[in-house]
Amino acid sequence: MKINISKIIIFSFVIFFLFVFWQGLKKNNSYDTKNLIGSKISSFQLPDINNNEQYISEEKLKKNKYTLINFFASWCAPCRVEHKYLLSLSRKSKKIKIIGVNFKDKKNNAISFLEELGNPYYFVGKDLDGKASILFGIYGIPESILVDNELTIIKKIVGPIDQSQYEEILKLIK
Amino acid sequence: MKIKKIFFIFYLFFSLLQASENKTELLEIYKNLRCLVCQGQSIADSNSDFAATVKLVVQDLLQEGKTKDEIYVFLISKYGEWIVYRPTFNKNNLLLWTLPYFIFIVGGLIIFYIIRKSKNNRAN
Repeated sequence: MKINISKIIIFSFVIFFLFVFWQGLKKNNSYDTKNLIGSKISSFQLPDINNNEQYISEEKLKKNKYTLINFFASWCAPCRVEHKYLLSLSRKSKKIKIIGVNFKDKKNNAISFLEELGNPYYFVGKDLDGKASILFGIYGIPESILVDNELTIIKKIVGPIDQSQYEEILKLIK
Repeated sequence: MKIKKIFFIFYLFFSLLQASENKTELLEIYKNLRCLVCQGQSIADSNSDFAATVKLVVQDLLQEGKTKDEIYVFLISKYGEWIVYRPTFNKNNLLLWTLPYFIFIVGGLIIFYIIRKSKNNRAN
């Protein structure tokens, strides 16, 4: 029996492409930045919202057992939703310190926001143009990053913190 | 006086040339970056908040003297490979990079084989 090499090659290619497409369909297409978990945060310097001469950097985070870096803005509706969980975290656990990064916001609006809803942050930094957020792999707010005292990212929450994520954070810092 | 004028014109010409080169490089980088919050748009095409911020960061990095590849590496370290349209060459996408060349060579061989076969048939 004569074997037709061309037909075998074409058939192999068809099978190969079908396999690649099938694998592609199985892949999860929703994008997130969870790949950052386990990596260290970049060095950064954020000025205080009230005082341009005061800064916070990654070195200061090493003093905390755990730090939650929360990106928020007064114009962000989901930030209001998650705020009660941040307040609860700051009250319930002494192991965690929360830093607020005020993202592309007006100072007065941010201060009013915190006066109205309460201030869970031990430091509020400002990121007026959003450039600092890129260092943390942020692409929208609210987003929160939980880091340990070695600056390793333990958890990254995209979107507002909800009850289950709140409980998970408490479990992680136990 | 004339020499000064000539120098000034040269200076102006080269400054404009440099500015246009920088603009082209910026645009090339923007076009290769995916807007993660948009539907099928690059950073160059998008006016979203995220795209505007990435543009500022890219401009800063270029001014700091970072090369195009260094900028891609930086952004990939923050957002993963998904942020660039043209993936970097690594073991995970080895096939993606080599398969077109492989198909080109194999296709060429098949065509060569078919032509040679038909020539032989005609000669016989």
